[in-house]
Amino acid sequence: MIRLEPRENAPVWLTLSAPLSAIIAAFIICSTLILWAGESPLQAYALLFKGAAGSRFALTETLTRATPLILTGLAAAIAFKAKLWNIGGEGQFYAGALMATWVGTGAITLPTYVMIPFLIVMGALAGGLLLLIPTVLKNRLKVDEVVTTLLLNFIMLLFVNYLLEGPMKDPMSMGWPQAASIIDEGVLPSIMAKSRVHLGLVVALVAAVLAWVIMRFTVWGYEIRAVGYNAAAAAFAGLNVNRTILLTALLSGGLAGIAGVSEVAGTKGYLTLDLSPGFGYAGIAVAMLAALHPLAVILSALFLSGIFVGADSMSRALNVPTYISDVIVATSVLAVLVSLMLTRYRLRWG
Amino acid sequence: MDIIEILFTAGFWAATLRIATPLIFGTLGELICERAGVLNLGIEGIMTMGAMAGWMWVYMGGDLTSGILFAAFIGALFGLLHCIFSVYLGLSQHVTGIGITMLASSLSYFVFRMLLPNATTPPKIAPFQPYAIPGLSDLPFVGASLFSQSPMTYAAVIMVIVVWYVLYRTPVGLAVRMVGENPLAAEAQGINVLSVRTGAVMVGSALMSVGGAFLTMSAFDAFYFGMINGRGWICIALVIFASWNPGKALIGALLFAGIDAWQVRVQQLPGINIPYQFFLMAPYVLSILAMIIMSRKARYPKALLVPFRRGERT
Repeated sequence: MIRLEPRENAPVWLTLSAPLSAIIAAFIICSTLILWAGESPLQAYALLFKGAAGSRFALTETLTRATPLILTGLAAAIAFKAKLWNIGGEGQFYAGALMATWVGTGAITLPTYVMIPFLIVMGALAGGLLLLIPTVLKNRLKVDEVVTTLLLNFIMLLFVNYLLEGPMKDPMSMGWPQAASIIDEGVLPSIMAKSRVHLGLVVALVAAVLAWVIMRFTVWGYEIRAVGYNAAAAAFAGLNVNRTILLTALLSGGLAGIAGVSEVAGTKGYLTLDLSPGFGYAGIAVAMLAALHPLAVILSALFLSGIFVGADSMSRALNVPTYISDVIVATSVLAVLVSLMLTRYRLRWG
Repeated sequence: MDIIEILFTAGFWAATLRIATPLIFGTLGELICERAGVLNLGIEGIMTMGAMAGWMWVYMGGDLTSGILFAAFIGALFGLLHCIFSVYLGLSQHVTGIGITMLASSLSYFVFRMLLPNATTPPKIAPFQPYAIPGLSDLPFVGASLFSQSPMTYAAVIMVIVVWYVLYRTPVGLAVRMVGENPLAAEAQGINVLSVRTGAVMVGSALMSVGGAFLTMSAFDAFYFGMINGRGWICIALVIFASWNPGKALIGALLFAGIDAWQVRVQQLPGINIPYQFFLMAPYVLSILAMIIMSRKARYPKALLVPFRRGERT
């Protein structure tokens, strides 16, 4: 039988090389699927890489796609750190996008440098408040937040669907269920000429650094980690666990809400039902690949985004369905989980 | 017809049983896993996989019964994968489960596209036909509503009794409940905690997978993307609603399906001006409400979420 034996301390090279080897393993595992599709894995991965980073256009597309993923990834990472299982990133994303649409399509007009921060704050509030519902239910009534946050995703999407076909439908949209465009003052400006990369990327990067500072250097971050590590011990030490979890929820939901603002006011310009191809769910994978580390979230979001963008262009050239990207991501997540465990435990035979 | 009269139509009761069937399978499956101490968040993906695998088996020329068995087998394999991570390696059950859902659903879509690359309109199979139970189906009202169902619906109800019997009346069931409540005591009795948990999760995942297969092989005749549509998560809520009890799981699934069947019919009544999206929200809102109502009574299996490592105290 196999036994697991805790390591006294994991060497640095192991902690760093473990996730990398896990991702390489995931690629090797997924190459069986590419072989099944009758294509060469090497050629497929080369095309995937080329599609993700092989040209200026590819790179800027990867950066554009990574922007919301950094934010939803941070949302999941911070919540999971406190063992608040927020699987509702998708719903909070739409809450943020909805709020930006509500206040940003003409209801309020402010100069650009006030309007953009205003939209971001409002979107963060909307996302944070949406996560507050399941969090209060968890704190007060011990209602499992995994299920409630998940179900709220479906409810939010139907609510947005209703608004887009009813009260929020743009009369100029020629029948398409979409909302009016965000006013010019609120649009996140492009930061690279001739590309879709917009200010949202800067916001996301700043958010990642801030999240790292908060988690690493502040009392609040310490409390979040303490609650996640051992809530009972944290409570015994006099920490207000419920309050910490509520603040974590506001922060986590807020970040997912900002992702929604960034997409609606930066990438797309107006709210539609397909604004997010699952950014909220992908954020969970981002956080897990990053081992919940805020700075690693940036790399992990770039990795996922590269896989998605690259697989799209690769599947146009080869006979491999584009769903290979989701399989690669899922396999990588599971492989990284195992590899991180092996940095803490040793496998012993017998 | 008004909103109360709906309850007295045979169509309503028949629809209730039909909507309840995948939920009964899924809830029973999740219940078995959790009773053994393993939360299986892979359910949504495993149901998707079951829907695809069972359907594909029949589409490729297999018959319906062996298609169900195939779906169950594939489901059990994903259950085994879940256990390698969550039981043998002791990884977080939350994180593992989400990973399994991602893997199972993306693989389902990949395999479907791989085998049917050019299918623009989803191809169809000949699904299970309703089976009228001789004698009983001739009864007035209940005959048409309760005893002219898909064979899988009868199987779901029988499965409730089987799961109840095994859990509460057999040594195997006792072992399953023991490793979910007190694995150390179970081990002291000579029970192999890891094997029992793995067995339970494999059986549970097989049932979930069959629940998914019901959708493509009985309720509908084709596989659509996103067709599970949160049913797996609703099953997890139903397990809590049922306090981990198979009989109550049946009642919960029927109650839930009844309200769902009712709202679909209310939508079509003249003079109802509520946007349809709010009706579609009903199942999700109901699940949350059910969890709130049962929150005070919820008595989780004591060792749920706690990995067991031999020779290590938790």
